[in-house]
Amino acid sequence: MTSAVRTLRRSVPVALGLATLIVAIALLELLIRIGWVNRFIVPLPSQILASFERVVVEEGIPERFLLTLREAFSAFVLLTVFGVGIGVLLHRVRILRLATETWVAAFASAPTVLMYPLFLVIFGRSANTIIMMGFVAGLAPVILKTVEGLAGTRRVLINVGKSFKLTPWQLYWKILFPAALPSIFVGIKLGMIFALINIVGVEFLINFGGLGQLINELAERYDLAGTYAAICFVILVSVLFFILTERLERWLRPAN
Amino acid sequence: MAQTGQLTHPSVRLPALSRVTLLRIAIITTVLVIWEAVAASGLLFRDVVPSLVVIAGAVVSVLSEPGFYWHLGVTAGEIGTGLVIGGLAGLVVGIVLGGSRFLSRAFEPYLYYLGPTPKIIFFPVMIMWFGVGSGSKIAMGTISCFFPIALSVAAGMRQIDDVLIRVGKSFRVSTWQMVTKIYLPAMRAPIVNGIRLGLGVAIIGTLLAETKLSNRGVGFLIINSYSTFNMPRMYALLIVVFVLSIGVNALVSRVGNLEAIKVR
Repeated sequence: MTSAVRTLRRSVPVALGLATLIVAIALLELLIRIGWVNRFIVPLPSQILASFERVVVEEGIPERFLLTLREAFSAFVLLTVFGVGIGVLLHRVRILRLATETWVAAFASAPTVLMYPLFLVIFGRSANTIIMMGFVAGLAPVILKTVEGLAGTRRVLINVGKSFKLTPWQLYWKILFPAALPSIFVGIKLGMIFALINIVGVEFLINFGGLGQLINELAERYDLAGTYAAICFVILVSVLFFILTERLERWLRPAN
Repeated sequence: MAQTGQLTHPSVRLPALSRVTLLRIAIITTVLVIWEAVAASGLLFRDVVPSLVVIAGAVVSVLSEPGFYWHLGVTAGEIGTGLVIGGLAGLVVGIVLGGSRFLSRAFEPYLYYLGPTPKIIFFPVMIMWFGVGSGSKIAMGTISCFFPIALSVAAGMRQIDDVLIRVGKSFRVSTWQMVTKIYLPAMRAPIVNGIRLGLGVAIIGTLLAETKLSNRGVGFLIINSYSTFNMPRMYALLIVVFVLSIGVNALVSRVGNLEAIKVR
């Protein structure tokens, strides 16, 4: 009984949120139909819904999706290797950390995506530019969180390792690294969020590649319903990505 | 997302500070020497890695152009307007969602998941709604900064000490007084943090929109130097933009810190 009440109590707000969304969409449809909102600026929601299938089939969404996914995966590999590598280096060489950690933090707050014209010149209008933009955008959080995780290892654990006379290598692999793993994962997650934002953004900006380019192309063709549908699709994909990484994080993190 | 963007100073101050400074100088010198060597060697395209002297000259010439300040003013105006609109909307939405557990459960997931999507993809729609001029850039700045500010304020609302709220209630203050006398002062730190995050993404949103379609603003200058293949000028503009935005970011977080000290 109580659990049923609790589920009810939880589902009421969720239902309200969904209902509001549906009512807002219906209201928009109505306003466009009576002419209060210009249908050449905002297409009918029913039209957007109808054009989903057309966009998916005719514009090759699966191939574009795979292309964006491949770019994201390359950026992920680069981020993990270099981000965690530099993080470990900064943690091992204390003076290097003291000298450069503020720089890395400042770099994290810099609008790195603005360098895309520069990357266009260096790497050409290709997937490499997009991958490198994603990599640069996500690097700082991975480094910072790796250092944070390694430095935050509990003293007791290190002492236990030392009392077992572990070699520095063993100490790293058996104690420091596992202890830092949750923090490193948070760093990679943050880095990948920044990387994905930039990958799709740069695809849109330089009109090359996967999902981002699709929006640009449809907008330039003035295919209104298609543009809105493509934007909705990209949002859906990114929301799904965040939900998945959150699940993954919860699954990886030891219960505490 | 909150911690990474923040300028954190190394908490431990060692007596070896001078050694740290020396190392910093050594790193910078090494990078500059390698850069100059690559530029002089001609191994890479000359224009991709221009000599430091050329870049420095370009920085000086950009900063001494009166036209540059006009473009900077346009961009600053767009970012500022976007931040005001998006910030106020974010503040109101954050207070409403943070104040009610029910509303937060109903609507906050949408904000939470929409927050980290790439905002630039809305740009074609913003052009249709607000035109190709400053309007669409302000709109980009607004939707960029709305999400971090709203989420940060909502989280801040939930962290307010219950005692403060009960004191307010026992004085039977009105809702407006509750907001201005209790909520806002108690949430100073999360609000400043939200503004810092929001400002960062508003800068990115506005400048990117300017590089995509515009005829004024710093973003336009950057993409224009790309179209005319004026690499030293592009480097100079990027350096100026980076220094300005990192500086503004540090300034805002410093303001937040000072206020936090006063509260204690």
